[in-house]
Amino acid sequence: MTDRNLLRVEGLSVSFAIPAARVRAVSEASFEVRPGRCLALVGESGCGKSVLAHALLGLLPGNATVSGEAWLKQSGAEPVELIGASQQVLARRVRGRAIGLIPQSPATHLTPVRTARAQLQEAINELGSSARADDLAERYGLRPADLDRYPHELSGGMAQRVANAIALAGDPWLVLADEPTSGLDQPLVDRAMGTLRELCDEGRAVLLITHDLRAAERVADDLAVMYASRLVETGPAAGVLGQPRHPYTAGLVAAQPDRDFVPIPGLPPELTRLPEGCAFRPRCGHATERCAESPPMDGGVACHHTLASPDLARAPEIAKESHA
Amino acid sequence: MLEASGITVRYGRQVALDDASLTIEPGVVTGLAGPSGCGKSTLARVLALMLRPRSGTLTVDGDPVLRWRQRAPRELRTRVALIYQQPRLAVDPRLTLADVIREPLTANGRPDDGRVAELAGEAGLTGDLLTRRPHEVSDGQLQRACVARALTLEPRYLICDEMTTMLDASTQAHLVRLVNAYRERTGAGVLAISHDTILLNRWADKTVDLFDPADQKQP
Ligand SMILES: Nc1ncnc2c1ncn2[C@@H]1O[C@H](COP(=O)(O)OP(=O)(O)OP(=O)(O)O)[C@@H](O)[C@H]1O
Ligand SMILES: [Mg+2]
Repeated sequence: MTDRNLLRVEGLSVSFAIPAARVRAVSEASFEVRPGRCLALVGESGCGKSVLAHALLGLLPGNATVSGEAWLKQSGAEPVELIGASQQVLARRVRGRAIGLIPQSPATHLTPVRTARAQLQEAINELGSSARADDLAERYGLRPADLDRYPHELSGGMAQRVANAIALAGDPWLVLADEPTSGLDQPLVDRAMGTLRELCDEGRAVLLITHDLRAAERVADDLAVMYASRLVETGPAAGVLGQPRHPYTAGLVAAQPDRDFVPIPGLPPELTRLPEGCAFRPRCGHATERCAESPPMDGGVACHHTLASPDLARAPEIAKESHA
Repeated sequence: MLEASGITVRYGRQVALDDASLTIEPGVVTGLAGPSGCGKSTLARVLALMLRPRSGTLTVDGDPVLRWRQRAPRELRTRVALIYQQPRLAVDPRLTLADVIREPLTANGRPDDGRVAELAGEAGLTGDLLTRRPHEVSDGQLQRACVARALTLEPRYLICDEMTTMLDASTQAHLVRLVNAYRERTGAGVLAISHDTILLNRWADKTVDLFDPADQKQP
């Protein structure tokens, strides 16, 4: 792995056509993922995180329209533009080889009638990899005997580890991990996060989609916060979570069970009819008329009322106040 | 009370649950922790009459459960509702989200679209999502529909198996608040199964450990 590997996403947008409407799932996302670093992507359920990851691998259904660019640069190879690439190029050069995907809810991706071993071995064969199934199993926290189970005999945590082994069978330099710890207990969360960190320290890159802000803070270098299809705040993970500057980030951080444990007031926006201007406006205690205009991303925050330091102490109170 | 005692479950030669006992009281949120793979989800399915144990007894408000799954009397089955950890495995992929919520009402001959709309709103589902099918919504949106579905028949006991594990902190707080409001209104008993001890500390009135002998000796 060298420093010449890079994923640069520019202006990525995804929408879905459904009867009589269009769902805007990703709007003009731009970011970079570099070797040795872990970028965590967090945000409300349904805001577009999984769609963004699937768009990079050409895994979206037929009703999706994708625009923008995603350049995959690799040392010793021609750069590939992923959005325009054919399925053949994605299958031969990208999926599993350059970019590995650990899918959300892995149990639903395993074939019920075949053992974990058969499915891992198939991935190894398809990729022409020299890895051994038992070695991969052990590396990702399974006993070789666990591989001989059928999916319904695996606990959620074991299915997750099988998915990790399958995603990494082809030795990709970039790993997209979509909620890799949901359903795991704390020791397994720590272990899975430790594995992701190791991958980075070996010079790989990780895009980590997670709801676990504590884990994100521990393992990620950088953080991107998504709300209603848009990136609204980006920056160093500890900084963004420790001192949120976007009111949505502040509300999300405050909603954790060891903090206020209070939901952000109001409903998630309908992605079929996003309002003009800032999409968080209807739920934001700071909103003013200016918010009818889209706030540009400026210095890592897209908000007309970026929370300044004196506001920080107050930030966790936003949700409470407007709820009362 | 929903009382399970001496429950043992095997899958083939593998023992998934060995002599486990648990009591859920009305009006109380009981937290259940325990390591990954220790049988919590298996116990959840037994408590919801979805899985017949190899041995052990289950009683719902004093009525012993003698038949399981589809063969259990409907009236007994609908007293307990289960919210699964994996919503994608828990719904028929051909149904729209509105149909997912509506299903238990229809199956029990009590169609009530007003109630479906009300529950969907309470769960935080906007109207545009209700006409979509599971593959057209996110995992978290599907889980909101599953929570609404679980409440349609006003169960006496609600088993939440890692209900919020795929949800962001704000949505988690929202659904926990919804379940708590339901419990306060109806006096239902809740079992909150989670790996997240910080969440259980905040949510549960008391927490039991499947493998702590002291918890196993409960009357
Ligand atoms: N095939 C589809 N057709 C229409 N809309 C879709 C389709 N797939 C996803 N969506 C919508 O796109 C939006 C983004 O979905 P996505 O799965 O990326 O959310 P997410 O951020 O990963 O959520 P979660 O945290 O719940 O996993 C959602 O509002 C979802 O309803
Ligand atoms: Mg997702």
